[in-house]
Amino acid sequence: METFFQQIINGLVLGSMYALVALGYTMVYGIINLINFAHGEVLMVGALTSWTVVTVLADSGLPGWALMLISLVCAIVVCAALNFTIEKLAYRPLRTAPRLAPLITAMGMSLLLQTLAMIIWKPNPKPYPQLLPTDPISLGGPVISVTQCLILGITAVVLASLMYLVNKTKLGRAMRATAENPRVAALMGVRPDMVISATFIIGAALAAVAGVMWAANYGTVQHSMGFLPGLKAFTAAVLGGIGNLAGAVVGGVLLGLVEALGAGYLGPLTGNVLGSQYSDIFAFAALILVLTLRPAGLLGERVADRA
Amino acid sequence: MKNKVVVFILCALALIALPLIAQSFGQGWVRIMALALLYVLLALGLNIVVGYAGLLDLGYVAFYAVGAYMYALLASPHLFENFPWVAQVFPNGMHTPVWLVVPLAAGLAAIAGVLLGTPVLKLRGDYLAIVTLGFGEIIRVFMNNLEQPINITNGPRGLDRIDAMHLFGFSFGKAIDIGDFRISSVALYYYLFLALVVFSVIICQHLETSRIGRAWMAIREDEIAAKAMGINTRNMKLLAFGMGATFGGVSGAMFAAFQGFVSPESFSLQESVMIVAMVVLGGMGHLPGVILGALMLSALPEVLRYVAGPLQEMTGGRLDSSILRQLLIALAMIGIMLSRPRGLWPAPEHGKALPATVK
Repeated sequence: METFFQQIINGLVLGSMYALVALGYTMVYGIINLINFAHGEVLMVGALTSWTVVTVLADSGLPGWALMLISLVCAIVVCAALNFTIEKLAYRPLRTAPRLAPLITAMGMSLLLQTLAMIIWKPNPKPYPQLLPTDPISLGGPVISVTQCLILGITAVVLASLMYLVNKTKLGRAMRATAENPRVAALMGVRPDMVISATFIIGAALAAVAGVMWAANYGTVQHSMGFLPGLKAFTAAVLGGIGNLAGAVVGGVLLGLVEALGAGYLGPLTGNVLGSQYSDIFAFAALILVLTLRPAGLLGERVADRA
Repeated sequence: MKNKVVVFILCALALIALPLIAQSFGQGWVRIMALALLYVLLALGLNIVVGYAGLLDLGYVAFYAVGAYMYALLASPHLFENFPWVAQVFPNGMHTPVWLVVPLAAGLAAIAGVLLGTPVLKLRGDYLAIVTLGFGEIIRVFMNNLEQPINITNGPRGLDRIDAMHLFGFSFGKAIDIGDFRISSVALYYYLFLALVVFSVIICQHLETSRIGRAWMAIREDEIAAKAMGINTRNMKLLAFGMGATFGGVSGAMFAAFQGFVSPESFSLQESVMIVAMVVLGGMGHLPGVILGALMLSALPEVLRYVAGPLQEMTGGRLDSSILRQLLIALAMIGIMLSRPRGLWPAPEHGKALPATVK
């Protein structure tokens, strides 16, 4: 039973990071119907930026939490600027092109960002320093680290503010209107280009937060670190019904839980025939299963094909 | 008409002479050419799924892997050394003839294609993309981990000592000497791949203008209308998946024989993305475009690798040849799509299956 609760905690932590990234995917998809393959790489850039800031300021004598906060802000600014530029240069000119063209550009962008990161930061994995106290907090059996607590807390705050932004503010209304029908939204005085830029900036900020927390939780950063979280987060977004914000969160948390429980129980249940290395399969098997039963995802609405 | 024949013969002669000229500059060049042809084969296969039927498949490399591992298992000492009963049944080691392995690889890949196709038939577009991508990853996880409890794939270390291709008692693994002139093994593989590519182009061309091809294109353009016209969309989509996968399986078997070594590293997601990029950059559904795209993305970065040396010294080792290659591919993908969103050499008329001369 202790393993169970421990894996639930691990799953929630993993899932909330997936959820943050998945939101970026789903918002972009909801508005311009593009799988932004470079989104995982934005997470990577966020993590590496934060690593650079932390390393540069390591001797400044600032406390760990202040370092983390400064690096987080830097990462958000860099990622937002990056994603804004990517959208403007690579996706905007292709908005009316055949459907696969922007997708290929996004894949190229992902490859480009990875390569540039390899050139700027060198390909070797770099240790991310422990900025927060490492003593785990006991919850009467299962334990949780300070970093993990922080991840859960920050995710909750970020999600709440995002919900507020989308549902209560003028920008949020413009975003929803553009997602529904960009042409009509434009007729009503919404500027779609501005809304799309804002969406990319918000998505990048969420990815940057996830990137810094990923680095703090796993303690290592590298140019290729964005691939797997990006892939899983996208899976989460599709699982929940792509284009649906609540769906992305549900999908992310669900995927995190499935993976953590799979990793914890697969070995013992099968007599160590299948080890935890198969936990990746769980995520995709769950995806295929859910989509077979509900082709539009868990919370997705059935929409007509816009092929 | 006569001009066409002359041009055709000249092209054929040039393609045959190319490796013989290139091998005097070093085997590396012939190798690049042979691999480029292998990519053409893969791109032609994926073109059936993506270009004709309009189903975005991001896990194509899985079928390539299935073919490669099938060949590797049946034509290397691995099973012989790890399973006593195999050693008993085949006392001389596993050297399954090509006539058996290649169809088996193709068949298994086709079954894998249909297996993947069945649950995802209802999905469209981007959902399909992510599911196929997940399938590719699942296959890769299996390749990496299927060494316990029984060692089938030998994990990340991969399988080596794979037999070379043998046809009619003729081995592609050894160079042949004609007088003083020597045709290397790599060049022999080049000819084998060239023959396969020509054969595939003929198949694809016939598919394109056949009933099946037209059905695929109808599904691509408008699935509901196609259904209303009496096309069995389910079977046609499965056929596209299976057919594309067969190409992947055959290419995989060729790859295993050519390299003599397979490991999960060769079948990463990046490889799938590359093949999709070849098809889309060249011009989806248009054979010359697809071939051009495959040749460009596979050969050009390799050729530029040779000029990477000075650049590497200039940048203090940061820009080595593999990084430069990636950089070029990425820039090509973005640049070409931005300047020519329909590909370098797109089909002349949208969705038209038959040339205008056919009455």
